[in-house]
Amino acid sequence: MGRIVQYALLFLATVFFLLPVYLVVVTAFKEPAAISLSTTWQPPERWYWESFTQAWTAFAPKLQNSFFLTVTATLLSALMGSLNGYVLAKWRFPGAHIVFPLMLFGMFIPYQAVLIPLFQFIRDIGLGGSLWGLILVHVVYGLPITTLIFRNYYAEIPDELVEAARMDGAGFFGIYRHVVLPLSLPGFVVVVIWQFTQIWNEFLFAVTLVSSPANQPITVALAQLAGGEAVKWNLPMAGALLAALPTLLVYIFLGRYFIRGLLAGSVKG
Amino acid sequence: MTRFFRKKDNFYGFLVILPSLVLLGVFVYGFILQTFLTSLTDWGRDPAQALSANPQIRFIGFENYRELFTGFVDARFRQDLANLFFFTVFFLIGCLGLGLALAIALDRGPRGEGFFRTVFLFPMALSFIVTGTIWRWMLQPEGGVNQLPTLVGLPKGDFAWLTSREQVWRFSWNDLPFFTALVVGLVLAFVAVSAFCGGQGRRGVVAAISAALVLLWGFTLGRSLQPLPYDEYHGFNLALIGIILAAVWQMSGYTMALYLAGLRGIPEELREAARVDGASEWQLYRYVIFPLLAPITLSAMIILGHISLKIFDLVFAMAGPDNAPTDVPALLMYITTFRANQIAKGAAIGIILLVMVALVIVPYLYRQLRSEVRR
Repeated sequence: MGRIVQYALLFLATVFFLLPVYLVVVTAFKEPAAISLSTTWQPPERWYWESFTQAWTAFAPKLQNSFFLTVTATLLSALMGSLNGYVLAKWRFPGAHIVFPLMLFGMFIPYQAVLIPLFQFIRDIGLGGSLWGLILVHVVYGLPITTLIFRNYYAEIPDELVEAARMDGAGFFGIYRHVVLPLSLPGFVVVVIWQFTQIWNEFLFAVTLVSSPANQPITVALAQLAGGEAVKWNLPMAGALLAALPTLLVYIFLGRYFIRGLLAGSVKG
Repeated sequence: MTRFFRKKDNFYGFLVILPSLVLLGVFVYGFILQTFLTSLTDWGRDPAQALSANPQIRFIGFENYRELFTGFVDARFRQDLANLFFFTVFFLIGCLGLGLALAIALDRGPRGEGFFRTVFLFPMALSFIVTGTIWRWMLQPEGGVNQLPTLVGLPKGDFAWLTSREQVWRFSWNDLPFFTALVVGLVLAFVAVSAFCGGQGRRGVVAAISAALVLLWGFTLGRSLQPLPYDEYHGFNLALIGIILAAVWQMSGYTMALYLAGLRGIPEELREAARVDGASEWQLYRYVIFPLLAPITLSAMIILGHISLKIFDLVFAMAGPDNAPTDVPALLMYITTFRANQIAKGAAIGIILLVMVALVIVPYLYRQLRSEVRR
């Protein structure tokens, strides 16, 4: 590949990847009256900030729902994943080699295959339509990936270290508390970023399990707004920016860990 | 039991992992079983019963599945399968091709590599809903992408991105058994040839005999096997092109990251050795680098393939749930179950999705975990 071809490809690809971003920004800053299909690409004549105030008023409660849901579910599933990973990496129990793949498969199933009983179950235990039902669901279906990432991460901790702690009289929880946990920070960063992004961006569970608008996460609210016909496009575009911002910030500031989680998501640790 | 509980620590380990195992057992395997049992009933067939507190549900066996594949009313499901097939093929080609090209271009050390990498990967951080909302606006029939040519003075495009009703490559559903046999037969023949070349004679013979049998069946009985009493045509809906475009935009950064990691793992000495032997740049890639990337391609195909089989939110956000030309099975399951209240039929679609995903994922998991044990 010659230099020219190389740079031409990179340039064209950059245009392809950034065009939508440009369009979102200029549309979000246009006055509703100035938005027309034939002038899509022109920059706004007057920068109009009110779209963001409007989008913020409409979406602030949904963003709050998303934050509460995402943070709670992420922390719970990371904690459980860490304990599970510790058990699977350091304590062999009979049948572990059967249990582990069965657990992992849960990560790949299409959730449509469990959605009907899940919907009924959440309703029957009285969590239908609430954020807590959604939190429970995200914690449970997050377990395979968090367990996998922690297991692969803890497998790198030398067995001698664990042995030494045991010689010093540390038991099961002592080893976790004094040896494994202090070494866990990078593992937690990867898992938390992965779960945060996944849960923030999730749609299928949110749209089926949360019916009341008061509890909707941002993805559902955005899909409904953009699906409406009479809406001016400045609002969905400003909303899309708001909905994208948290995960984009995570990606920009913690990109290295984001990519590590991404690659761990394809099973290899 | 006694052996297991002899050590206190083993007991604690068991205790710690037990809640997760129970939860996953119920939420994954229990619920799959329940969905399967539901799919064998007529729940929702009578609208009056669908939403009642104590619906009367009858067992009807595999009737829902039979209707989906060969029944008169469920033509939409069959078109969805065709959509899914074409979507998957082009999505894979797009992501693998663009990802590989970008990875090679980045691997050859351009200036500003970090910037390019950041740009190509950022869509991965977005929700399919956000991507869908943005691309829905990009692909408005009279605006967005269709207006792009006017920026350089050309007439505007007039492609009906998400609303087109045009179909190409139409085929009759009745030819499906034949085509399936043809594809399976050719794949088996390929396996046979590569087994012979790799010196695995017995495996080759088995594969060759299976290939011959499948092809023979396809050309004789397969031809006369007609699932439907009439011809029903399905094809590639051009409205899907916009969705494929958005999906490639979102996911090709992932293949780029995979390929780039792979390329960076190839030792420089190997490239040097090939160059010393007089290999041209093209030959270097053709005979040294691409073969080393083959396992990555396979992994990427499996991961992207299972994402594609499950695609739901992107279509929902781009074309809405009720746009038939861009419908896919995952979306149809949602509509059938939660809008039309045809619960048993929805369950059947869910199980069909599961089987398709399992066919892709189970061999993959098996291979990955086996190689891990060996390591």
